[in-house]
Amino acid sequence: MYRFLLKRVGLALITLFLLSVIVFAAAQLLPGNLGRNILGPFASAHDVAVYNHEHGVDRPLVSQYWTWISHFVRGDLGESLEYNVTVGSLLGPALVNSLKLAALAFVLVVPISILGGVAAALRRGRFADRAITIVGLSLTSIPEFVTAIVMIVIFGIALQWLPVGATAPPGSNFLVQIKYLLLPSFALVAVLFGYIARITRAGVIEALDADYTRTAYLKGLGARRVIVKHVLRNALLPTIAVVATQTGYLIGGLLVIEKLFNYNGIGQRIYVAAQFKDFTLLESGVMIVGVVYLVATLVADILYSVLNPRIRVGGVE
Amino acid sequence: MSATVTAPAVGRSEAKIARRETLGRLVRSKTFLIGSGVVLWWVFWAIAGSRLTPYDPVAQNFASLQPPGSGHWFGTDQLGRDVLSRVLAGARDTLEVAPLATLIGIVGGTTLGLVMGFFPGLVDEVLGRMIDAFLALPLIVIAVTALAAVGHSKWTLIAVIGLVFTPIVGRTVRAAVLGERDLEYVQAARLRGERAPYVMFVEILPNVMGTIIVEATVRLGYAIFAVAGLTFLGFGVQPPSPDWSLQIADNYALLNARNYEWTVLFPGAAIASLVVAVNLIADGLQQVLDR
Repeated sequence: MYRFLLKRVGLALITLFLLSVIVFAAAQLLPGNLGRNILGPFASAHDVAVYNHEHGVDRPLVSQYWTWISHFVRGDLGESLEYNVTVGSLLGPALVNSLKLAALAFVLVVPISILGGVAAALRRGRFADRAITIVGLSLTSIPEFVTAIVMIVIFGIALQWLPVGATAPPGSNFLVQIKYLLLPSFALVAVLFGYIARITRAGVIEALDADYTRTAYLKGLGARRVIVKHVLRNALLPTIAVVATQTGYLIGGLLVIEKLFNYNGIGQRIYVAAQFKDFTLLESGVMIVGVVYLVATLVADILYSVLNPRIRVGGVE
Repeated sequence: MSATVTAPAVGRSEAKIARRETLGRLVRSKTFLIGSGVVLWWVFWAIAGSRLTPYDPVAQNFASLQPPGSGHWFGTDQLGRDVLSRVLAGARDTLEVAPLATLIGIVGGTTLGLVMGFFPGLVDEVLGRMIDAFLALPLIVIAVTALAAVGHSKWTLIAVIGLVFTPIVGRTVRAAVLGERDLEYVQAARLRGERAPYVMFVEILPNVMGTIIVEATVRLGYAIFAVAGLTFLGFGVQPPSPDWSLQIADNYALLNARNYEWTVLFPGAAIASLVVAVNLIADGLQQVLDR
């Protein structure tokens, strides 16, 4: 068990290192000549060289990488080229905002889609199953901003139930903040529902067909008890894995949703950084997105193995 | 797809029969037929374009923001353009970019997957780690960063989405190749002394074609999704194209002020119909090809 955990954490660290190299390399492509970009075409070659030297971009790449990553690990993200304030002060509050939105989306989508997936599996092949599958597939494949627009028109404009903006007035209490975040989170829920429901459905069907389920029925247990104690316990394992991998999508989706609702989250920051080629901001923003994803998948991996007796008892793979 | 495809002597006719059977089952699949019908409808309009639309999709001839009515069934937008004509002509750029990007991803990913599946051990392990690290970033984040670096044009858009798809497709193909590489026909080919590229592309590839076809359709759906999102953010298809996502990006700010919902709902419905249709095709193919 411990060897298993150690191996997983080790692999995650290697992946994290490779990710940082990829992000750093990509950021090198971005600015071209940094000094020239910032100072403009009429600055003298000398000024450009001085600027580049001050920002350290004339040093060898390996030493630049080392400076960046060692500062990043200590939480010093440098200064934004566009805003002239520290990157940390831009990304910190943005990350908190994004996590609020993402958390609300997850709290809504996980129970709904597990319910949907279980309901579909229990009515396998019948109308309800087809309906849930097709609706899920459709919602998943429609771009989130399209779903969001439809939601805005229905709930925000026609029915006037929910505010159209995502940002609550400053100082609002918890419930008011949630009310403002409902519309944007609905769009994320729509995309995620299909994935999670589909995996849950497959897991439940597999468990329904398994020998241990037949044994449970044969020894005279009631249907409700069999489903809750035997089927669901096994069927929901793959669901944990898919929920974790979807955090990756979720952050990508935030880019579009935060732009649509003009919500000040990490997606919006990355979008602005890319638009203005603010590569210190972009580098750290993208790196944080990757770290969040890798941590989420690692946690899911560990949770999965703790809950799965075959791995817990059987040792490594 | 069964192993019949590779046995050359007797295989020809058997393969033909198998293929006809697969086609027969496809034609009987309702999801496949509906999906194909909708996609063909948009392909038709992408080719016909402004020649058949009621008005010129980019002409700003009319009073702006007229609600849907007899003259303009879908109303007009804030620049006085006919929304119906723009919706009909709006599929063109997406239907150029998405399939080409998918093609790059499928060709690159198939090669990558064949190599990784065929050479387990160090090659597979190293490439697998790199892919894991790369895929920790959402497609749209990678694409926005890359497009900011190389500048956005139709061709960079195609290249970037295609490159992001390559490792994703590679993973799927690798899994399928792993299932094949220990089968007898592969062993036989290696004992005959065939070179690795021959075994990979001539022996194994035809047998994982079913997986690749399904993956290609699924990817096409994602490609349309990605082009739409990137275009909405301003990194994709550029004005004055009547692209659906551009229409939404141009007009959604009006929703806060007043109810001009027709300017965004009709192009939104068009995008939805296209992506759902592609996914229905993928669903139909999956049920027929994956046994």
